[in-house]
Amino acid sequence: MASLSQKDLLSIEQLSAEDIGLVLDTAEALREVSARAVKKVPALRGKTVVNLFFEPSTRTRSSFELAEKRLSADILNFSASSSSVTKGETLLDTARNLEAMAPDIIVIRHACAGAPHLLGTECRSSVVNAGDGMHEHPTQALLDALTVRSMKGRLEGLKLAIIGDISHSRVARSDTLLFHKMGAEVWVCGPPTLIPADFHLLGARVTGFMEEAIEGADVVMMLRLQNERQNEAFIPSAREYFNLYGLSRERMRGARKNAIVMHPGPMNRGVEIESEVADAEYSVILDQVANGVATRMAVLYLLSGNSGLKPGRESR
Amino acid sequence: MDPSRKYDRVADVGIDDGRIVEIAPRIARKGRKEVDARGLAVLPGFIDMHVHLREPGREDAETIETGTAAAARGGFTAVACMPNTQPVNDSEAVTTYILKRAREVSRIAVYPIGAITRGSRGETLAEIGEMVRAGIVAISDDGHPVSDGQVMRRALEYSRLFNLPVIDHCEDLALAAGGVMHEGYWSTRLGLRGINPAAEEVQVARDAILARQTGARIHIAHLSTRKSLETVTRARREGGAHLTCEVTPHHLLLTDERVASYDTHAKMNPPLRGRDDVDALVEGIASGAVDVIATDHAPHTLGDKMLEFDRAPFGIVGLETAVSLVCDRFVRPGVIGLERLAELFSLNPARILNLERGTLTPGAWADITVLDLQRQTEVRAGTFASRGRNTPFEGWSLRGGPAMTVVRGKVVWSA
Repeated sequence: MASLSQKDLLSIEQLSAEDIGLVLDTAEALREVSARAVKKVPALRGKTVVNLFFEPSTRTRSSFELAEKRLSADILNFSASSSSVTKGETLLDTARNLEAMAPDIIVIRHACAGAPHLLGTECRSSVVNAGDGMHEHPTQALLDALTVRSMKGRLEGLKLAIIGDISHSRVARSDTLLFHKMGAEVWVCGPPTLIPADFHLLGARVTGFMEEAIEGADVVMMLRLQNERQNEAFIPSAREYFNLYGLSRERMRGARKNAIVMHPGPMNRGVEIESEVADAEYSVILDQVANGVATRMAVLYLLSGNSGLKPGRESR
Repeated sequence: MDPSRKYDRVADVGIDDGRIVEIAPRIARKGRKEVDARGLAVLPGFIDMHVHLREPGREDAETIETGTAAAARGGFTAVACMPNTQPVNDSEAVTTYILKRAREVSRIAVYPIGAITRGSRGETLAEIGEMVRAGIVAISDDGHPVSDGQVMRRALEYSRLFNLPVIDHCEDLALAAGGVMHEGYWSTRLGLRGINPAAEEVQVARDAILARQTGARIHIAHLSTRKSLETVTRARREGGAHLTCEVTPHHLLLTDERVASYDTHAKMNPPLRGRDDVDALVEGIASGAVDVIATDHAPHTLGDKMLEFDRAPFGIVGLETAVSLVCDRFVRPGVIGLERLAELFSLNPARILNLERGTLTPGAWADITVLDLQRQTEVRAGTFASRGRNTPFEGWSLRGGPAMTVVRGKVVWSA
């Protein structure tokens, strides 16, 4: 059985191009399961997966849950509001308690960057990062890559423009690392207040001008702008933001013919993306959601043989 | 080696009644007790002018007894303890309590530092005169900057009355913006909120201007960037400001890359900086631009520290590793000599805090740190006398370090 070389999936950074290729190939093969009348394979039968969500999440959480069910895993859902976290238990204690129940895989979403690392170091179970603070969201990047590869047939040599609040986005980090690793040309674009220090060292070209980012792009990826950024003096107003960084049909004309538009969701129609663009034929936002299930099935499947590997190792 | 009078030779040291009575190539008179220090370096007692002893209030993290035992074990004959206890040392009563506890349990000297403002809230002045009478040697709101320029100015003016140094933790809180590590490639890479170096530098610049204008003495705590050091150097040279500064061993030895595994033992404030800043600080200890090496010893319980990086408290312990680290990394390779070492750890902190220490002149208290530059040790937090185990240097193999600590003629620790 094919598998990833690590116990955990904590970041895109830890994956090699071969690892990424393996996940995408596996996901492509597993996509067919969701098209069957009986959407289930026995790949994870008898395995236990814990979904540990410390942050509200609808999309990612249901996507993981569906992936687990379609692989016939036993599932335990654990969310911040219903667990002892609210009683002041530390993440470490939660991890040790879970560990005592011997799950095979723990999927974790947490507001603090590095929380999955802490879990991975302490637990024999495989840990899958479902988004940690502003750090990474590796399965999102993998499903984005699957979506682009399905549409374009390749990743190498494509121009990807990621536009919006780069600073607070774990998706921007994971996507930049992944697409750069796979040979795409990655541009990030946003107001200078929302571009973090030294971002170019992650493998992206950085610009404050949307036209430059979109020019000749094969893929335009829009990021959500949180309302509170106005109050924190990152931007003057939502209006001015849309004027400078909103995706309109007119702006899309600068992109390459057949360019696609993506968004990791949830979308703010009218804030970062014009409604008509979100619903246009070149928008693949819903394909991303469908590919999310297949990608997560692939990740879970490829890690399922790995729990019990020595904890605490992540290659940088 | 006595940097106060540039004395550096092989000699005998005679001690009587807690004081140094004679230093000569050979003292013929027999002593009641003799210590053979051949091959070792005998220096004036080391003073760590920046420690957190946590008592009163957080005795689970450290006590005056365990903290001073750790200091003795690390080669320190005296410590100055920061006022951010619970309650804050902003009154004569707390100062008196700390000194009373120290007399009961400490074998080394303990010098309390009083708060600048009530509760270290940065709003109104603490009863500085009362605390001076009780025995403080400096004032500081360490851990919290005095953000209000007018309050700082008043504190500086007032401190002159007592010739009291004001130790400032320089951090513009708005610029620091709740960050948890140095802002740069690694904060971006790790998705952790960064602390822009300007947060420190802006306030160092403010202090440099206020020091010059008020004529007061400001000591910059745990200075961590090249630009901060340049500001201090320039203010001293051009403005004649009474400005001094300290750096910590960790800012001399580690960069922000150390955070890469989200190890909370690499979380401190100011944060570990980039390579260029580290290089500047190392140049500074060699050139004399940096006055003091102090540890910012900040013990935390493992329970407090083993949290998500965002949620863990800032700070690491340093008393039991500082001297060995500096010997191994800077003295042995020749970056600094023993004279500079004694200035950084003894003479300069004594001068800044107005202590009659830091010298081996006959008549002075016999506070002595003996170093063995050949001694091999490995950092093992499990063996610390401190209650704090939070060190980023676990497992480091070090050559050179303290061999004996002597306070007022008494051996309080020996290897």
